[in-house]
Amino acid sequence: MIQVEGLTKRYARNVAVDHVSFSVEKGQIVGFLGPNGAGKTTTMRMLTCFMPPTEGTATIAGFDVIKQPLEVKKRIGYLPETPPLYPDMEVGEYLQFVARIKGIPEKEVLKRSEEAAARCFVKDVWGKLIGKLSKGYRQRVGLAQAIIHNPEVLILDEPTSGFDPKQILETRDLIKSLAGDHTIVLSTHILQEVKAMCESLVIINKGKIATSGRLEDLTRRNGAVLEVSVPTGATEASVLTEPFSSISGVTAVTATDDGGLWRIDVDTETNEDLRPRLASIALGKGWNLYRLDAAAVSLDDMFLRLTGAVEGSAVEEVQ
Amino acid sequence: MRNVITIARKELNSYFQSPIAYVLIGAYAAMFGYFFWSLVYFFVRASMQAQMTGRTMPMNLNELVIRNLLGNVGVLCLFMIPMLTMRLFAEEKSRGTMELLLTSPLRDWEILLGKWIGAVGMYASLLLFSGLNLVFLFAYGKPDWKPLAVGYLGLLLQGAAMLALGMFLSSITQNQIAAAFSTFVLLLMLWIFEWMSNMDQNMLTEVLTYMSLLRHNESFIKGVLDLKDTLYYLSVSFLGLFLTARSLESLRYRG
Repeated sequence: MIQVEGLTKRYARNVAVDHVSFSVEKGQIVGFLGPNGAGKTTTMRMLTCFMPPTEGTATIAGFDVIKQPLEVKKRIGYLPETPPLYPDMEVGEYLQFVARIKGIPEKEVLKRSEEAAARCFVKDVWGKLIGKLSKGYRQRVGLAQAIIHNPEVLILDEPTSGFDPKQILETRDLIKSLAGDHTIVLSTHILQEVKAMCESLVIINKGKIATSGRLEDLTRRNGAVLEVSVPTGATEASVLTEPFSSISGVTAVTATDDGGLWRIDVDTETNEDLRPRLASIALGKGWNLYRLDAAAVSLDDMFLRLTGAVEGSAVEEVQ
Repeated sequence: MRNVITIARKELNSYFQSPIAYVLIGAYAAMFGYFFWSLVYFFVRASMQAQMTGRTMPMNLNELVIRNLLGNVGVLCLFMIPMLTMRLFAEEKSRGTMELLLTSPLRDWEILLGKWIGAVGMYASLLLFSGLNLVFLFAYGKPDWKPLAVGYLGLLLQGAAMLALGMFLSSITQNQIAAAFSTFVLLLMLWIFEWMSNMDQNMLTEVLTYMSLLRHNESFIKGVLDLKDTLYYLSVSFLGLFLTARSLESLRYRG
């Protein structure tokens, strides 16, 4: 549904997006993840034909964003970071205006705007001025605006920013309910959101794609992790790794000392569960076993590793 | 075409949803009312004096009242137009609604034409309000309606040209005050170019005088429909629209 190839946006002095390529299948929800200023918004703006790319191409539903922008725009719904609302308009009036500029035939305008309002739970504020609405309502009016013409592709820039926890859950449910009919690209820097909603993931950092793929594939790792202490006192890591490395299917074993508690990572070729065998080996050696888990990369760890965000946290600097 | 109408209607509505329309209409009605009253007062006194002294010189409502009145409206435009145009694009940009317009299936020219027509509509409704005063002239006197109609057409054309220039200046900034002030200065410059003709007669002053916005209105106000002046206003309008289109294009590149 979405094909992006070598998309680049260069400004006079800096490169905001640098040869980004990825593709999204129909009906998927894709999380676009990255720290602030990574180029998420710029990429989305190029996909929505708000700005042309300096280099590269993107096609949406088979239409090129540079050559056929009108066709692309008919097929996308876009919710920018700040919802594009007119505070002097009433909600109903606003939605009907959007319906008209999205090309919905005049006799369907009212019906479609009411449907969109109902879907995004803003029917009860239909006659209210947008300027008087709370932030949560405004965001939902923004979402209603994006889905009003039933677009094939929805592009949402931080759709839940500034919500309270209840609104976040409601909005996530709403977005999930839209998937299937719609292909959804949503940007966020909240990792829970990606876990809760997205099937696949594109991590972007400093304008470049750090990694992309299905969420399952990215976070899966075969193997197990143990935490043990050695009563007799172990001096070398090799003492701890040696008993495991001879098991068939094990590709690598590493042990690290954490103040007397050793952490042993056992990587395996397949996803066969070795934990009972590992436990008996450890206990047979007379070690105290504190923890035994299947290995998995946490999204948080992966994100921090890829974006290198741990260089002296801001909190420490303030202190 | 439907897109243009949709945008124009939205623009016109938004004037009336904000205080701008009411403040402008109120201020304009007060100023116009004052001009009207003082000119009619002068006319009545002059005609009474003429009767008392027994000199029956012909006094013409069109010449003495309407012509001066419309001339004054031309100057009032200088102050009103910037207030009508300042928000056109600057507000959309600062609110982020520009993203909605530019990512909807609209062509750039549909957006700017719609906005311009909306602003011209607002300006026309201001002119309509001034017409209320003139009803009294028709009730108590016999002015000729044809030169009056031509005069109003002139004001409309002049306003449309000024609005197009103002819209362009609004499209290059996010700040409404900056848009309004630069429009005011531009219109003022185009007005005072006219004074050059009093100082010297050479190529430069002739060109500058020709560029003057208000000067081209003189024939309209006298009731003369001049093709040259009509073309002038139409081409200035077109220039304003064209520059706005270029400015929207550059906005896309700069983001």
